[in-house]
Amino acid sequence: MKTKKLTLNKNTRMNFVTYGVVIVAYVILQTMVTTGSISSSLKGMLVPICAYVVMAVSLNLTVGVLGELSLGHAGFMSVGAFTGVTAALALQGVVASGPLRLLIGMAVGAVFAAIAGVLIGIPVLRLKGDYLAIVTLAFGEIIKSLINNLYVGVDGSGLHFSILTNKMAMDEIGRIIINGPMGITTIEKLSTFTAGFLLVMVTLIIVFNLVNSRSGRAFMAIRDNRIAAESVGLNVVKYRLMAFVTSAALAGAAGTLFAMNYSTIIANKFDFNTSILILVFVVLGGLGNMLGSIIAAAALTILPEMLRSLQDYRMLIYAIILILVMLVTNNAQLKSLFSRIIPHKKEAADNE
Amino acid sequence: MNEKKRMNKAKMVPVPSKAIIPERDIDKAPILECSHLGIDFGGLRAVDDFNLTIGRTEIAGLIGPNGAGKTTVFNLLTKVYQPTRGTILLDGMDTAGKTTAQINHMGIARTFQNIRLFSNMTVMENILVGLHKEMTYNALTGILRLPAFFRSERIARERAMELLSIFGMEDTADAVAGSLPYGAQRRLEILRALATNPSLLLLDEPAAGMNPSETAELMENIVKIRDTFNIAVLLIEHDMNLVMGICEGIVVLNFGQVIAKGTAEEIQSNPTVIEAYLGKQQ
Amino acid sequence: MTFLNYLLSGISLGSIYAIIALGYTMVYGIAKMLNFAHGDVIMVGAYICFFAVSRYHLPPVVGVLAAMAVCTVLGIVVERLAYKPLRAAPSLAVLITAIGVSYFLQNGAQLLWTPNPKVFSSVVGTGRLALFGGQLTVSYVTITTIVSCIVIMIALTWFTGNTKMGKAMRACSEDKGAAQLMGINVNSTISVTFAIGSALAAIAGVLLCSAYPTLVPTTGSMPGIKAFTAAVFGGIGSIPGAFVGGLLLGMIEIFAKAYISTQLSDAVVFAVLIVVLLVKPAGLLGKKVSEKV
Repeated sequence: MKTKKLTLNKNTRMNFVTYGVVIVAYVILQTMVTTGSISSSLKGMLVPICAYVVMAVSLNLTVGVLGELSLGHAGFMSVGAFTGVTAALALQGVVASGPLRLLIGMAVGAVFAAIAGVLIGIPVLRLKGDYLAIVTLAFGEIIKSLINNLYVGVDGSGLHFSILTNKMAMDEIGRIIINGPMGITTIEKLSTFTAGFLLVMVTLIIVFNLVNSRSGRAFMAIRDNRIAAESVGLNVVKYRLMAFVTSAALAGAAGTLFAMNYSTIIANKFDFNTSILILVFVVLGGLGNMLGSIIAAAALTILPEMLRSLQDYRMLIYAIILILVMLVTNNAQLKSLFSRIIPHKKEAADNE
Repeated sequence: MNEKKRMNKAKMVPVPSKAIIPERDIDKAPILECSHLGIDFGGLRAVDDFNLTIGRTEIAGLIGPNGAGKTTVFNLLTKVYQPTRGTILLDGMDTAGKTTAQINHMGIARTFQNIRLFSNMTVMENILVGLHKEMTYNALTGILRLPAFFRSERIARERAMELLSIFGMEDTADAVAGSLPYGAQRRLEILRALATNPSLLLLDEPAAGMNPSETAELMENIVKIRDTFNIAVLLIEHDMNLVMGICEGIVVLNFGQVIAKGTAEEIQSNPTVIEAYLGKQQ
Repeated sequence: MTFLNYLLSGISLGSIYAIIALGYTMVYGIAKMLNFAHGDVIMVGAYICFFAVSRYHLPPVVGVLAAMAVCTVLGIVVERLAYKPLRAAPSLAVLITAIGVSYFLQNGAQLLWTPNPKVFSSVVGTGRLALFGGQLTVSYVTITTIVSCIVIMIALTWFTGNTKMGKAMRACSEDKGAAQLMGINVNSTISVTFAIGSALAAIAGVLLCSAYPTLVPTTGSMPGIKAFTAAVFGGIGSIPGAFVGGLLLGMIEIFAKAYISTQLSDAVVFAVLIVVLLVKPAGLLGKKVSEKV
């Protein structure tokens, strides 16, 4: 029994390395925050990095593990952000504890994003490949459009909703929470780095444990060969939906975390470009490789800041780096050229 | 035909539907009965009026020239294609309107002519996917790592190792399926199908790409699998040594229609079959 | 008459989408890649034309030709440098590279030409044609756009059906390996496809900015996405599909703006796309490819 426990398989080992990296990074950064030895710009990015890490890991579940390209992941983040923040704001007078309100907000965000995931997933997952991708893009845009025209207020009798107009029949203590294209302007900044770290850990536990279970094997089987998966009795629709909805729910929680780090949030923040940004994290980090997603999300969030001294050129350089990395990692000739330049890298690869 | 290669073959006896099944299966209802099965692709009648009865523990063969519609029959049986006409009774139950996945739950498992493994997953994981329905814990139990998860996973892994031992593949358990040699991939596909606990196993050209000694070993293993699991096997194969050596009932298909049925001896001497394979003698 | 006015502006906008979608669909058909940088080529084309006409006072025709020339070269260069090395790579890698190219073009334009909006002056003037005794007026831009789109559509159909290069393109989009064995130069065929697609993007850019005169470095993004949607709508890879998809999308967008809500028009457009794909999973004119088992 003892020897069995010690010989962990490669996946399990990798998962523990990932947990370890995240915990160590948190401890180091948190120490730097308490001792004040961290730049204010980096400090301000800690929560967004956590949110993007959760986004990347959850999208990797859809793209890397399930094998379906989604171009609308920011849509779920948006649903989570707006519903979660609304819940947290509506509960301002009811629940005294800030962290508890944040937790409730994230849970509400996750639930609503999951509902959106089901509504979107049922029609979308009947499609294949690029058609599925374009429909997820379309859903992302629809969500953005709808939230941009959504007005939500709260008063003594509860929440009020309206589309296209901010005229809602509210009593005198009524206040507007979501104000159409202006978004939410009265957010309490409840998100903290610790909350972000905890959400990252919860996300990793959910994703790793799901992937290393019969459900996760079903996702990968469907990815590798749908017809064979059906032939061994897997309900393809059920498992595709399960992966998609889990991914959406995690993105929803990340949306709440992200939004509650700012005082204002607008729907246009979660547009197609954000979906693409997250997809870039996933592809750069490696499909199915969660540690890769985490590193890519963190590095690429910090990169534009580090390039700030280059001023106007920074986004141009970001674009060039992106293209070069894709070329170097995916072109056989360039790959071998690089492994010759960096010989130890090749050795490491050979030893694997 | 070499006599010693004819393994464990029973005498074939007729059943009421005019088909023949092995004598030992006569007290039990046939596992598969399909009648007047057919499918059209556009105007083409790819398979027409296909009738087949397979006994409970029979090893049956489906042969015919290339393009005769053999794989299409498999696709009809497993509902990868929905039949245009006819009925398929599996263990006496009508399979009309069922999906491929439901057919597997009802008891048919198959392999594919162009191997369809989960090639990025390990050998062990491929078998575990086959054992999916044996494991009953739900996703939440998996996420929370409740005791039921560990129990179920342990049992499944032990079962998977037993299955791997049929072909002596235990030491490849952690290899990535796509990296296995061709023959091993074919064997793994059979094991994955067996893992789903079928009562009828469909093998689509199991000996393709194998050398004579591998084929001989495969023949023994197919018989062994039938005897161990007490199941029926229907196989498509071009290797006549294999077909004539282990198949009890044989059906010959040409241009989507059954041109002959019977035992190996009957098929070998059937002039229509000889014509279909070799052309008309001048 | 208002209905006819909406219909005309719908067809006009749809024609622009159709021209962009034709480029998208040709590139997709042959390279099997979603070229997200295509929208930004539109923007580059519009800038070139803008500078040629407004800054250097060249005749509009020269401006359009210059835009086409620059975009053609740009398309070929981008394909050679960024996409060709990735021909054997997974499609996601190519997709991300295309996104990188899109960022590059947008930010490059921002550096070269500043983010300040340029007011694009229509290449065919601002005149209008009065019909039915002045009850219905049609701008020259609308007429030019619709006519250009029809001409391009006919020309492309003829080109792919009757010329040697066109046949090579169709062969490559069916099976690159087999095409190569038949002696077709796959690389140059792909280059030509990118060249044609980019030249079309330049025309679309000029027409787009003639109708909607504000030009900024992100001008091409949204029309690019819409045209991509149009191409999928019609069945991606199909030339008539892109034409039909583009026209329908333009009309749906204008009618949604007119009769439902301006703010929600995009939501309506995308919702229609989803419904169409659910009914016809390969788009209106796309052919269904089923996997051989």
